[in-house]
Amino acid sequence: MSATEATAPRFRPGDPVRVRFADPPGHIRTPWYIRGQAGVVERLCGSFGNPEELAYNRPGTPRQPLYRVRFRQNQIWPDYRGPASDTVDLEIYQHWLEPGDAR
Amino acid sequence: MIAPDEPHAHPHEHGQAAHPPARPDTDDTLTYYKAMEVAVRELLIEKGVISAEDVRRAIEAMDARSPAQGARIVARAWTDPAYKTRLLADPNAAIHELGIEPGAYKLVVLENTPRVHNLVVCTLCSCYPRGVLGLPPDWYKSRTYRSRAVHEPRAVLREFGTEIPDHVEVRVHDSTADMRYLVLPERPGASGTLSESELAELVTRDSMIGVARARAPS
Repeated sequence: MSATEATAPRFRPGDPVRVRFADPPGHIRTPWYIRGQAGVVERLCGSFGNPEELAYNRPGTPRQPLYRVRFRQNQIWPDYRGPASDTVDLEIYQHWLEPGDAR
Repeated sequence: MIAPDEPHAHPHEHGQAAHPPARPDTDDTLTYYKAMEVAVRELLIEKGVISAEDVRRAIEAMDARSPAQGARIVARAWTDPAYKTRLLADPNAAIHELGIEPGAYKLVVLENTPRVHNLVVCTLCSCYPRGVLGLPPDWYKSRTYRSRAVHEPRAVLREFGTEIPDHVEVRVHDSTADMRYLVLPERPGASGTLSESELAELVTRDSMIGVARARAPS
């Protein structure tokens, strides 16, 4: 498999997405608090070696599209104290994202 | 070779009265990962993969980076609107223009405005834009900051003396993967007559992480 091989991006800025709720073993860069949450794609950052593979000295190919996804704080934390407009952006790899419901 | 704390064994006869108890000669704890680092480093040197001089030089280069680099970038963006546009569109290239090597990671520049205040954290570890700001402060790596900055950012900001009104969106950036983040703070009022280097003096490390605003001119 060539080192430059990358999976094609599936989402575009503005697309509603949901982070998969999963608990696989190993080196995961999707924080627990965001799993299962719904957000909107802010931008496509490019394609990067899959860290879940790279951490174990595997090639990390095909490279995974990486997105910045924006979430509403008051949807993530039921006890969030702050205006409804507050947000949090995270970088999420495509294989952790599913199409979300249009909001 | 580093060994765990042990009282030193040699007798205390320096031809004078014994000195008062001093700190142990090894005043650090050899944790599992520290032992691993020492072992791997020594093996790499022994096998000729790298030299001790390479390690020393890499540490020196890291220590030479400082928030002053980030401050130069911000001051240029404040004074040159075309530069700011380039900085927001392609941060690595715009930083390179100033003779600063941004490092291996892709930078994202987050502009604070009257409507949005940006705050950077890495909840998973301690990712930090070392290429432009140098080493992170200890609190940035603490579990307290990492967990609270995403959950109660306004309370954390208040503890740093930064009060953000409710009509301003607080936007937290969790640096989870391959991007690194630099906050472009708002230019303080009454700074119109200052030169670019005087402006850079107002740009603190904390203002580029987002826990504070840029300093007001004195």
